[in-house]
Amino acid sequence: MSPRYRRWKNRLMLGAMGLALLICLAPLASLLFTLVVKGGSTLSLRFITGPWRPVGENGGIAHAIAGSVCLLGIATALAVPVGLAKGLFLARGRSPRLGGMVRVLLDVMSGIPAIIVGVFIYTLVVRRSGFSLGTGFSMLAGGLALAMIMLPIFARTTEEAVRAISTSVDEAGLALGLPRYRVVLRIVLRSAVPAVLTGLFLALARVAGEAAPLLFTAFGSNEWPGSPLEPVGSLPALLFDYARQPFEELVRQAWGAALVLVALILAVRLATHAYSHWRYGSGANP
Amino acid sequence: MKLNITIPRPAVTADPCAGDSEIVISGLDAGFGGHQVLKSISLTLPQRTITAVMGPSGCGKSTLIRCINRLHEEVPGAWVRGAIRLGGVNLYDPSLDPVQLRRRIGMVFQRPNPFPTFSIYDNVAVGLRLNGIRKRSVLDERVELSLRRAALWDEVKDRLEKPGTSLSGGQQQRLCIARALAVSPEVLLLDEPCSALDPVATERIEQLLVDLQRDYTLVMVTHNIQQAARVAGRSIFLLSGELIEQGPTSELFTNPRDLRTESFISGRFG
Repeated sequence: MSPRYRRWKNRLMLGAMGLALLICLAPLASLLFTLVVKGGSTLSLRFITGPWRPVGENGGIAHAIAGSVCLLGIATALAVPVGLAKGLFLARGRSPRLGGMVRVLLDVMSGIPAIIVGVFIYTLVVRRSGFSLGTGFSMLAGGLALAMIMLPIFARTTEEAVRAISTSVDEAGLALGLPRYRVVLRIVLRSAVPAVLTGLFLALARVAGEAAPLLFTAFGSNEWPGSPLEPVGSLPALLFDYARQPFEELVRQAWGAALVLVALILAVRLATHAYSHWRYGSGANP
Repeated sequence: MKLNITIPRPAVTADPCAGDSEIVISGLDAGFGGHQVLKSISLTLPQRTITAVMGPSGCGKSTLIRCINRLHEEVPGAWVRGAIRLGGVNLYDPSLDPVQLRRRIGMVFQRPNPFPTFSIYDNVAVGLRLNGIRKRSVLDERVELSLRRAALWDEVKDRLEKPGTSLSGGQQQRLCIARALAVSPEVLLLDEPCSALDPVATERIEQLLVDLQRDYTLVMVTHNIQQAARVAGRSIFLLSGELIEQGPTSELFTNPRDLRTESFISGRFG
């Protein structure tokens, strides 16, 4: 094989990989480009921080942004403790058979369509009759539905994050004369925090844009979020609602809301990245 | 009339002559499931001495020292029989909590394993913190002392808040030694502590171990015969889970009693 042949082969392969990369990135670039073009003109301080107004009065979407933040907050508060416990159990538990069963169930759970989760929570929590908590459409029910979707994702990413920590770290902790539960909670889990945060972000990003489970649970509202037992607006629900309206103004606002949603997810991503970098150094980047 | 009585080393009661951190192993069997790794090992590890545990791969060297701090039993399926006494106390006494006794016996592992995402300071302080010491001044003092003992202080004193994983391999291993020393053990177990290090880092660690034997009982697994000759006052030779020979390193190397020891030391196998 002459050097010339190898050089050309190298170039050919590099070119093929570059092309493959472009094909992957093109849809993303196109999506972001369309969003910025169509939604960018709507963006203004008034649009982002203003309250809802009737059509024709150029209202804002602050109530939906705040509603989304509340819903995601409730979902995180519910999914994180349970997800951490499950992830730790799967990665460091001493019961392989039960662990295997839990893993299968989590995988099944992550395959349940979001709309079904919405109907499920509606039946058990929202509905005012039959076997149900009967809260009515509420922020709490919405948060619960989102938590159910987050949980399997977060539990499995936590499992992987903890599994990536060498068991020699566990042994070093045990050798210091620490009980196993402390080693796992205070050393192994802390060592896995950057990757656990990435998992949390993935789960959040997944549910931040979900409208389906919210239609039956949080419903939607034009009001600023109030009691957790009242319906609440959210960005995806607002988008779903506005985009189907015959008014050009609302469709424009839907594009703006879509841009804000994507920007928010990006901002959370950058924030977790920056936090890990600042707190744990470049070696621990998720 | 002169009576020549040899008193067998008592197997059950504490030996009043034992030093306060001498380790006496008697009739130790250990293994995993149906596989027996150690076969009735009986030996004495004198205090304030480095004892090298030598032998070919898979002969049970690591299992032997992991029995001393009862880490062996943490592996699912592992079992142990026999007794190990530290300063006269049987470590396998059912009333003893293995978590408590591990504070008396530090361990350093084959690959440097500083806790990821922990700073240099936190790596050393974590054992104290999680054992309930919260006072900053006490922690500061113990961290500095431990890092000094591990001959690492001068290299890291200006960057204690940096991640432990940012250090070089040899520094990481000395950090792990400092971490083990921080909880004030009497014994330090070392499982091939230099096998992942370059010769310069190895030399530093060996020098450090020689200094540490003034205050600690050190037990070092090594597959490096020269290393045993350089640092260890006593040596043990294991083969297929059996104790073949033990004694002062100089004697073991110049005048081995067993042919297998001689073959191993002269590099014919292992």
